[in-house]
Amino acid sequence: MVKVTVDDIPITVPEGSSVLQACELAGKEIPRFCYHEKLSVAGNCRMCIVEITGSRKPLVSSCSQPVTEGMQVKTDTEIVRAARRSTMELLLINHPLDCPICDQGGECDLQDQAVAYGRSCSRFKDGKRAVTDKYLGPLIRTSMTRCIQCTRCIRFTSEITGTAELGGLNRGTDLEIAPYIEQAMDTELSGNLIDICPVGALTSKPTSFHFRSWELKTTQSIDIHDATGSNILLQIRGNEIMRILPKRNDLVNEQWLSDKGRFSLDGLKKGRLDKPWIRQGKNLIQTSWPEAIEHLGQKLKTVKAERIGAIAGDLCDAESMLSLKILLNQLGCYNIDCRQDGAYYDSSERWRYLFNTTISGIEKADALLIVGSFPRYESPTINARIRKRWLSLTEEFPIAYIGDLPTDPTYKINYLGNDPAIINDLLQGQNAFTDVLVKAKRPMILIGHSILTRNDSPSLFHMLLQLADQIGALNSQWNGVNILHTSASRVAGIDLGLIPDENHLDTHSMIEGNVDLLWLLGADELNLENLPQECFLVYQGHHGEKAAARADIILPAPAYTEKSGIYTNTEGRIQKSFRAIFPLGEAKEEWLSLLEIGRYLNLDMPFIDLDSLRNYMADVNPVYQSLGLMNSEKENFTIEKRKNDFENQRFTSVISDYFLTNSINRASPTMNECSLLRRSSSLKVTE
Amino acid sequence: MLSSQDRIFLNLYGQKDWKLEGAKKRGDWNNTKAILDLGRDAIIKTVIDSGLRGRGGAGFSTGLKWSFMPKQQGELPHYLVVNGDESEPGTCKDREILRHEPHKIIEGALIASFAIGAHTAYIYIRGEYYNEANHLQIAIDEAYEAGLIGKNACESGWDFDFHIHRGAGAYICGEETAQLESLEGKKGEPRLKPPFPANKGLYGCPTTINNVESISVTPTILRRGSSWFNGIGRANNTGPKLMTLSGHIQTPCVFEEALGLPLKEIIETHGGGVRGGWDNLLAVIPGGTSMPLLNKETCETAIMDFDGLRSAGSNLGTAAIIVMDKSTDIIKAMTRIAQFYKHESCGQCTPCREGSAWVLKVMRRMTEGNAEIDEIDMLMDVTGQIENTTICAMGMSISWPIQSLIRNFRPLMEKRLMDYKTTHGGTSLIQIPKEAMVGT
Repeated sequence: MVKVTVDDIPITVPEGSSVLQACELAGKEIPRFCYHEKLSVAGNCRMCIVEITGSRKPLVSSCSQPVTEGMQVKTDTEIVRAARRSTMELLLINHPLDCPICDQGGECDLQDQAVAYGRSCSRFKDGKRAVTDKYLGPLIRTSMTRCIQCTRCIRFTSEITGTAELGGLNRGTDLEIAPYIEQAMDTELSGNLIDICPVGALTSKPTSFHFRSWELKTTQSIDIHDATGSNILLQIRGNEIMRILPKRNDLVNEQWLSDKGRFSLDGLKKGRLDKPWIRQGKNLIQTSWPEAIEHLGQKLKTVKAERIGAIAGDLCDAESMLSLKILLNQLGCYNIDCRQDGAYYDSSERWRYLFNTTISGIEKADALLIVGSFPRYESPTINARIRKRWLSLTEEFPIAYIGDLPTDPTYKINYLGNDPAIINDLLQGQNAFTDVLVKAKRPMILIGHSILTRNDSPSLFHMLLQLADQIGALNSQWNGVNILHTSASRVAGIDLGLIPDENHLDTHSMIEGNVDLLWLLGADELNLENLPQECFLVYQGHHGEKAAARADIILPAPAYTEKSGIYTNTEGRIQKSFRAIFPLGEAKEEWLSLLEIGRYLNLDMPFIDLDSLRNYMADVNPVYQSLGLMNSEKENFTIEKRKNDFENQRFTSVISDYFLTNSINRASPTMNECSLLRRSSSLKVTE
Repeated sequence: MLSSQDRIFLNLYGQKDWKLEGAKKRGDWNNTKAILDLGRDAIIKTVIDSGLRGRGGAGFSTGLKWSFMPKQQGELPHYLVVNGDESEPGTCKDREILRHEPHKIIEGALIASFAIGAHTAYIYIRGEYYNEANHLQIAIDEAYEAGLIGKNACESGWDFDFHIHRGAGAYICGEETAQLESLEGKKGEPRLKPPFPANKGLYGCPTTINNVESISVTPTILRRGSSWFNGIGRANNTGPKLMTLSGHIQTPCVFEEALGLPLKEIIETHGGGVRGGWDNLLAVIPGGTSMPLLNKETCETAIMDFDGLRSAGSNLGTAAIIVMDKSTDIIKAMTRIAQFYKHESCGQCTPCREGSAWVLKVMRRMTEGNAEIDEIDMLMDVTGQIENTTICAMGMSISWPIQSLIRNFRPLMEKRLMDYKTTHGGTSLIQIPKEAMVGT
């Protein structure tokens, strides 16, 4: 620890801290443009200048200056104020005065700091510089004349996303931030450039000129486009979502949000189901809720309980899934499954289907084996965390990879191949990487759904557990077994028992026609071709896709922005979202319509409202007694002996198109454009 | 005057053989093993005692710089980088060394590398010095052939490799940390200090960066002893130094001269006097264009060394003396210098990137006279801020010429502005508001 004095306030800071961090600890505000906590220090904006008393060169940029013992820092002397005024003036001489038409207006660092630290007016009388705008794809609008060359975006693409697409061209006053090749950005985290740009040079293209930042109200929510459970802020105007921003949570998504989570919001306004519909003959007829409930209730009375089936989709909240399960169980039916992809999970213990290392725990790991997963598509923020660990200079982080490799994972991997036999080799110690894993103190095995959605999944999964046990990844201090889920609802579904036992029907049997009534709770990814015509299909969800078109009754439900719900991410972290806007049309929360159906059928529903439902959830699985990550300190891990028989069949990626993975994305014009670009050869379209 | 036996660069004008044979005749590579046998500490001590100050411009003690390197090599190798990116306008002393005395550089690099514990040295040569780089490469090949460098250099047991890297024409790559970036293959942008190169330099390893001339004189210092070097010049400003004379003089030249002589004497003896006589002198830039200019009155008494010029309000810099007679439009001359620095600013930090362009724009109007008197004060204020807040010394290079112009020639500038108003009428269209006065 080092003792320093900031404006006569004595404080102690850890060795190696920067002066800026010391000033912040002392409660002093230091203006900055180029400095960003999650990026490397560039020290080029010269705005964070402070005075070091008694130094040969008194003015230093506080972000890059390390503290030394007994340092005397002054943050508000006349020369510091003059230097900041000067830097502000210099930044503004080539910055256009177009704040009234700039999307950044109202949340612009340059604007705010010009007011706080700048001069009242400029002395610059000559012509300003103009810079050609660059094409960065359908997500980011550029206005490069506004750029102040802080290089945050360059550092972001080279450090966080690992794609190094942006750089500085030319020098001096002609310096331009530009992509080396002008094409759509090839990263899943590009939207964060908008957040880190301190000025209006990089703004959101899909929502440009739609709103001003001060018109928006903010609600906290959870991203449901992947299983990361990224914390987000839904920003609304009236009853419309205008923008989605990441909310900082260093345990989950740090400050980043995937492009799918940020930009698929226009999908929430298209292709929505807003009224109940009933099939009469070939046509679906609009109806009212009481009629729909009566129609469905009558149907439920006629079907045998064991001939009813239900499948929950990828975007469901825990409450909907639980209330559907309650309703069916009350009817005497236990054919309910939350796995549209039919994945195999060992649900005997909770750690067997979770990301046990935790996302922030990746930073402590010292070796990683990725099997059958491509984290860059399955969870861009977790991928960024792996890259962060890989980049950190503290320790080596060897990464081995088994499976299909669609594109650059953004870190260096030891590609072992795409063959299940390699897992066996690792287990038998016939692969060099086994030694690396054995030597590592905190090894991680990341298991993806390419492993879990095969016929031989139980065997492969068991082999990986054995491997984890062999390399010492399972002990009371460290659990290195990690399942990377791909859908937001999955962990909650397993937690709440939406997995049928062997006496009841699973997803595959249900869609093969072994039921007379199939209830789809937002399940859009199913192949319903083999479903017999006479099977009565109930679709409860928010987007009208092929499942809804086939349905005999449609119950409209709110999207994730329109209801409060509990989501459990891949780590098993239980998080609650809040309602930002009212449901569209007559859409009704799933738990409420299910409660009404239960009441119509005179069933004994154990809840009367959302609170009592959540209380009941805590009874079903005690983990749900509180939000957050349950700290399970497990002492003994017993891995059963089992025969290792696997099929020699290559692994295939579970996500073929990053941008189109659920009904919201598919309805979104922005996501469709991104997908088209990603699949086309040129990565460039005319605007 | 420097006596001829005190000269270090005996083939400065290329009249003799510059290759290994000729160099050996002039005493280069003469028992280099004995110098290396003195040991690291003794070499560094001799160089410190000689008072050799870095010849690249900043004037920092070369021996002291070497002593900052870690005494024991840790996990990381040490590097020596020889700075041959001589781009300061008016300066061409290193060029002559590269052309005619390349073996002095190689021998100096060997000794310096030994002293700092480096087995590898790079020389970063300005891209435009194409033939010079060829000369040096030939000399390096000769030295390898003769076993003077390479494995077991000069049979001293020290392995030493010397590589040439040619620049691509950026002035800023002469700044030591920008040079390291450029050597690493990145864009030449100065690094933030700390960490200093002696801790984290080239490829993150301990590195010393020395000017070509500083490196070239060390073998002679070690042969002739620190007291010989110390005896030339004034205290703290010792030794002979290569200087460049250009501008309005009779005989522009590069020459070796002892430090501490009057500027006037140097101009008269080496340059053959100012064109049209001493009274026709307007101003002198004594140390390359980045240094403040001196007016005629100061030139009368200025002493040509580090401390002498500092007390005269300028700096020795690279000792490139640019003489301007009364036919010079001094405002235009300074505008041209401002244009150079605007063109060469790397664009990394705000004050230099934006400030250099702004200063040029104002100076262009000042040359014409199309400016306000207030703007002279504004220039002074803005350049004062630029010099204090940049990452590297480029901020000073932008500011000092302009500031010295205002300090010395303000009446001339004001007259130019008033004349413009008389011929063009009225004031300029944009008035600077009252509340925007200097310092607010």
